[in-house]
Amino acid sequence: MSPRKVVVLGYGMAGARLADEIRRRDPQGDLVSLTVIGEEAHAAYNRVLLSAVLAGSMRPDTVRLHETGWATEHGVDLRTSVTAVRIDRDGRQVKLSDGSTVDYDALVLATGAKPWLPPVEGLVQDDGTPARGVVAFRTLDDCDRILDAAKVGAPVAVLGGGLLGLEAARGLAGRGNLVTVVHPAGHVMERQLDAGAGQVLARSLAEHGIDFRLGTGAARYLPGDGLKLDDGSKVHADLVVVSAGVRAETGLAVDAGLEVDRGIVIDDALRTSDGRIHAIGDCAQHPGTVSGLVEPAWQQAAVLAGLLTGTDVAGRYRGTQVVTKLKARGVDLTAIGDAHAEVGDASAEVLCLTDPTRGRYTKLVIREDRVAGAIMLGAPDAAATITQLYDRGVPVPTDRLAVLLGRALPSGASAASSPADLPGSAVVCRCNSVTKARLVEAFRDGATDVTELASVTRATTGCGSCRDAVCGIADWLATTA
Amino acid sequence: MTLTAEPQVTVATHCPYCALQCGMSVSGTTVAPRQFPANGGGLCQKGWTSGSLLTSPARLTSPLVRVDGELVPAGWDDALDLIARRLTEIQGEHGADAAALFGGGGLTNEKCYLLGKFARVALGTSQVDYNGRFCMSSAAAAGNRAFGLDRGMPFPLTDLAEADAVLLVGANPAETMPPFMQHLRRAIDTRGLIVVDPRRTPTAEQAGLHLAPAPGTDMALAMGILHAVVADGLLDQSYVDERTRDFDAMWRIVARWWPERVERVTGVSAEDQRCAAERLAKARNAYILTARGTEQHASGSDTVSAWINLALALGLPGRAGSGYGCLTGQGNGQGGREHGQKADQLPGYRKIDDPAAREHVAGVWGVPAESLPGPGRSAYELLDALGTETGPRALLVFGSNVVVSAPRSSHVAERLAALDLLVVADLVLSETAAMADVVLPVTQWAEEDGTMTNLEGRVLLRRKAIDPPAGVRTDLDVLNGLATRLGQPGERFPVDAETVFTELRAASKGGLADYSGVSYDRLRAGEALYWPVPDVEHPGTPRMFLDRFAHADGRARFAPVEHRGPAEAPDAEFPLQATTGRVLQHYQSGAQTRLVAELNDVVPEAYVEVHPDTAARHGLAHGDIACVRSRRGETTARVHCVPSMRPDVVFLPFHFAGDGRANLLTNPALDPTSRMPEFKVCAVNLSGGDS
Repeated sequence: MSPRKVVVLGYGMAGARLADEIRRRDPQGDLVSLTVIGEEAHAAYNRVLLSAVLAGSMRPDTVRLHETGWATEHGVDLRTSVTAVRIDRDGRQVKLSDGSTVDYDALVLATGAKPWLPPVEGLVQDDGTPARGVVAFRTLDDCDRILDAAKVGAPVAVLGGGLLGLEAARGLAGRGNLVTVVHPAGHVMERQLDAGAGQVLARSLAEHGIDFRLGTGAARYLPGDGLKLDDGSKVHADLVVVSAGVRAETGLAVDAGLEVDRGIVIDDALRTSDGRIHAIGDCAQHPGTVSGLVEPAWQQAAVLAGLLTGTDVAGRYRGTQVVTKLKARGVDLTAIGDAHAEVGDASAEVLCLTDPTRGRYTKLVIREDRVAGAIMLGAPDAAATITQLYDRGVPVPTDRLAVLLGRALPSGASAASSPADLPGSAVVCRCNSVTKARLVEAFRDGATDVTELASVTRATTGCGSCRDAVCGIADWLATTA
Repeated sequence: MTLTAEPQVTVATHCPYCALQCGMSVSGTTVAPRQFPANGGGLCQKGWTSGSLLTSPARLTSPLVRVDGELVPAGWDDALDLIARRLTEIQGEHGADAAALFGGGGLTNEKCYLLGKFARVALGTSQVDYNGRFCMSSAAAAGNRAFGLDRGMPFPLTDLAEADAVLLVGANPAETMPPFMQHLRRAIDTRGLIVVDPRRTPTAEQAGLHLAPAPGTDMALAMGILHAVVADGLLDQSYVDERTRDFDAMWRIVARWWPERVERVTGVSAEDQRCAAERLAKARNAYILTARGTEQHASGSDTVSAWINLALALGLPGRAGSGYGCLTGQGNGQGGREHGQKADQLPGYRKIDDPAAREHVAGVWGVPAESLPGPGRSAYELLDALGTETGPRALLVFGSNVVVSAPRSSHVAERLAALDLLVVADLVLSETAAMADVVLPVTQWAEEDGTMTNLEGRVLLRRKAIDPPAGVRTDLDVLNGLATRLGQPGERFPVDAETVFTELRAASKGGLADYSGVSYDRLRAGEALYWPVPDVEHPGTPRMFLDRFAHADGRARFAPVEHRGPAEAPDAEFPLQATTGRVLQHYQSGAQTRLVAELNDVVPEAYVEVHPDTAARHGLAHGDIACVRSRRGETTARVHCVPSMRPDVVFLPFHFAGDGRANLLTNPALDPTSRMPEFKVCAVNLSGGDS
């Protein structure tokens, strides 16, 4: 039996992951012969880490997902710098931009998404590409362009105050650029955050040197000068970085007559309206998830690899619970589920704590004793714990305030409290189970310093961490004797 | 004439329990700590009270033979004759591999060595393994993979005192080896102690940073910290270039584990991961030390590899004042894995399938190399096969209490019961001995000579301080008695420890763990000998890898390992995760420490630590008796409400017998490389004890 011909259109995070997952289940290619078509010239890279490249903490070659030679080593027919131009569903064939064709038994669309450029005068050239001095923040090449254009100290405008826009802004500010974020909504990251959290976040980012123009869009791009805003003000910028959202890349699917809404519509088996064609990642639209995040794409890739190799034909993708983390140095933000419910909402238990001066805002929305949503800003421990409660569906501990505040701090050093206050039954030396009462008794019997107390009771002879406490007790007894 | 008591001789020796092997003096049956680098004059409660077992009424002083279902006293000759006859019959009928041996990591080097030789030469069986599989086998596998050699700590323990950052992973030495903590004093005082443990243990309480991953997610955590090392520019690039290989292959995997993603899997915040990376990287001297918590998983070897990857990225191993090490647990956990009681090994840490190793060892033993059997089953697989169609029919157990300490212990008990012959040598009637057909009473630490190799690879001499009770023999004596009855020349199985050691030296010569230059005389003179010691003039090797690692090219290997998570995920029926571990007052299966009143009074019974909310949801309060169930069995334990526990995790110490055995629950899923069972995480549910 010859292996099944699987063709993957797209060598980004989703496509590359799918190839990995297929080869993990079928290392020798007995089940699947795999062709991957990639538009960009270089090997697949980890888009999630582009903000680290922008921030200068990672080199471009560090974020590559595959080493040179990966395709040969794993028996993958990888074709880069080429795009698919047409899908022939009846002939089960894909036509490529270099004129060649590829036959398939199963086709996977992993074409991702393209940045959306808002209708701002002068921002886009006639051919649809960004004007000079304007870069969309999406690809590794975009990173290069931004780093080329944004000399240290140069003013940069970031158009869009969503997750990626803020990460880009933080990265550029960290490199020494003067960054202004222009965002038409009243607060940043409004998809994930309520107004209170958005304000605290903007304030925290402002402390890292980022300016904000909120509630106003850009009206016009002036090359070499910057942006003119809807409210008439101007933002001076040598470079405009656009991060105003993305649109699923659905052109091929539309042309092929597949069902397309905002993205290519797929079911739980990751099938499009043509059962031989699948879609995963940002180009796909599944009711159980939102686009733009890597976790759903990777989960979809794992399920689809099981289906395509026949190693898990019962596998289904049921959606992904959304947890959003902002990757911005010095600012820790986690947004979980739907946290837009207001304090006082009768249908939910809502707790909220605001500490803007210290950049903290924590909000917890509980329904039926489970976490339904949360915003955790400046509270990394609480965020990590609440994420676990959310992901695992564990009931929220009854001490809600402790949950909201995160890990309890270690109790104060016991040596500091007076030995007199310690109950007699308190174990002072854990290693030898020596109580305060036993030490008092030994002291009264004549063991009046630490060395003698140690030899009589064995206290301090284990790990030694109780030495100060035993000294304290000896001193206290000496003064009260 | 008045009879005066002979003046008590005080003998400098070492503690019978853990791998720290604290120096102690024994005078009669009284012990006291002595100045020794490992313990600096300290002892824990177990050590202090260890003398009481010498005179315990629970001590066995006569062989026992099962007659009509009852164990009754028998003479030594009768007992040994019986065993030899039954072994001969069983092997005659079912083949050499029908007889098996199970050893222990608490036995002296001499015993470990002679057990392996007894198996291969006197019984001709491949079926020999030991409880060290349940101890540090994952770390050993990972150490061999990375460095080409496994010595738990390839540096003296006292080097830790100069460290300003120490990452302890799945280790709770404040309870398991308290005097060890003194070496971390500087790290603790500078808040450079970082502890990775799902529980807030007494060790974690002393940490400057406590990272509490969900059970079974340690590998993801290691990768998140390593990712942060690279992302934050903390990678020791010149070390990676000059002293290691395979960084790129490893990085392609770790690149996918950025701290925010790791946070979601582990519950450890990205910020804490970065903080750990920075403290380790910026420390002048830093160490990463792993122990059972991160090793006792079905992915234990790969998990340790992930921690070693981190150590290599930081440039720690093979540098004076820094390093990676494994905290070996059992008294002779290090030496026990070097001298041939392991299914795939020959003395000197040699591989049994290496023709040159077979040739060398067979030469020392005076037998043809082709007569030596090949590799046998690993510990759990061996226990699992007992009494089955293809498995062993007879088992001899030395220094191990598998009914309590092995995973899925009800099944292990069934397998033992299915044997045609079970022989147990022990000092007390352990739970395993109670099932035996023949029980042989043997000496304990202060009653015999022998060497131990502690957690830092230092060979120590444990000396005889008192005579054993009448009727008790040494394990070496037992092996000699059996071997001669099986037709072996007596001199092939010496009963004198020093004579056995002399032979061990020759057998280990040229191996990775080369003891040939270690002698009783040098040890008596107080020399600090860390293996390898290739000749009698050699000063030993306190610090390994300073110039090169043990692979042929001298470089350490990064391992491209991927996170897998627990073998058994929680589900609707078993929604909680159980993790198992130790308490200060007990040692391993508790067979010894449960008999010491001073220890047992403090922790007298099995208990389960539960978050108070979780207890309340199950209708349980502090002090109630709970039933904890898994797919493999159920155990009964008293509820301890502990607010610092994760609400979805419970903890049970495994030292208790009968219905309180934590290992009734545990999952025998095995690590593919080390064959380590998954002791540290399994899915359970909780209910009231009466239901």
